[in-house]
Amino acid sequence: MEPQLEDSLLIKRYVSGDEKALEALIDKHNRRLSSFIYSKVRNQSITEDIFQDTFIKVIKTLRKGAYNEEGKFLPWIMRIAHNLIIDHFRKSNRMPMFEGADTFNLFALMGDEKLDAERQIIKDQIDSDLIVLVGELPEEQKEVLVMRIYKNMSFKEISENTGVSINTALGRMRYALINLRKIIQENDIVLTN
Amino acid sequence: MDKPYFEEQSYCTLIKTKLETVRFLQDYSKSLQMMKIENLHFETHLN
Repeated sequence: MEPQLEDSLLIKRYVSGDEKALEALIDKHNRRLSSFIYSKVRNQSITEDIFQDTFIKVIKTLRKGAYNEEGKFLPWIMRIAHNLIIDHFRKSNRMPMFEGADTFNLFALMGDEKLDAERQIIKDQIDSDLIVLVGELPEEQKEVLVMRIYKNMSFKEISENTGVSINTALGRMRYALINLRKIIQENDIVLTN
Repeated sequence: MDKPYFEEQSYCTLIKTKLETVRFLQDYSKSLQMMKIENLHFETHLN
């Protein structure tokens, strides 16, 4: 068995134009990298894809002359693979895979986040009831709640706008919610969709 | 006395990428041409 050459030497040779050095680099780290990827994705085809994409990035970086050899080639390619694995999981969460079934329904795939008419009416009613309830709160509590929930302001921004400390703003928000719950309970109001 | 180890042991699976993938990477590298114009890098692939 030929002694394995150092990564730094292989990289230097590859950058100088020796394609055999690339073959040696891939061969040297193949099992380690593939096993790492497989341990995360648990699928041979996806492992192959990510392995390929990893080394494509490696090849491009080496050929651009953008790689500084500091004896950290393996951690570098593992980091590239790790990031590609994360990208893979992000993509697969956005695009769920459907297995073929006997009763395949295309409309099951065509999701629509919009509420149906009935639920929209109920939601609109709840929203307007809530506005009335919020109007019942003491002025300073109402002010903080509106800024936080309806204007999506941070407590830092609320404190700057109202001229009170962050702790005071937080306290007012807390009391606003406690009072809202009290009003809802005392009046037997139901606010669910 | 209880045995201090599990009867079923899981073994780490080491796998290797297929030869086709490695060959693809080699071909990719051979066909890749990098051009640097000012501070920009352009990649082209020659047949």
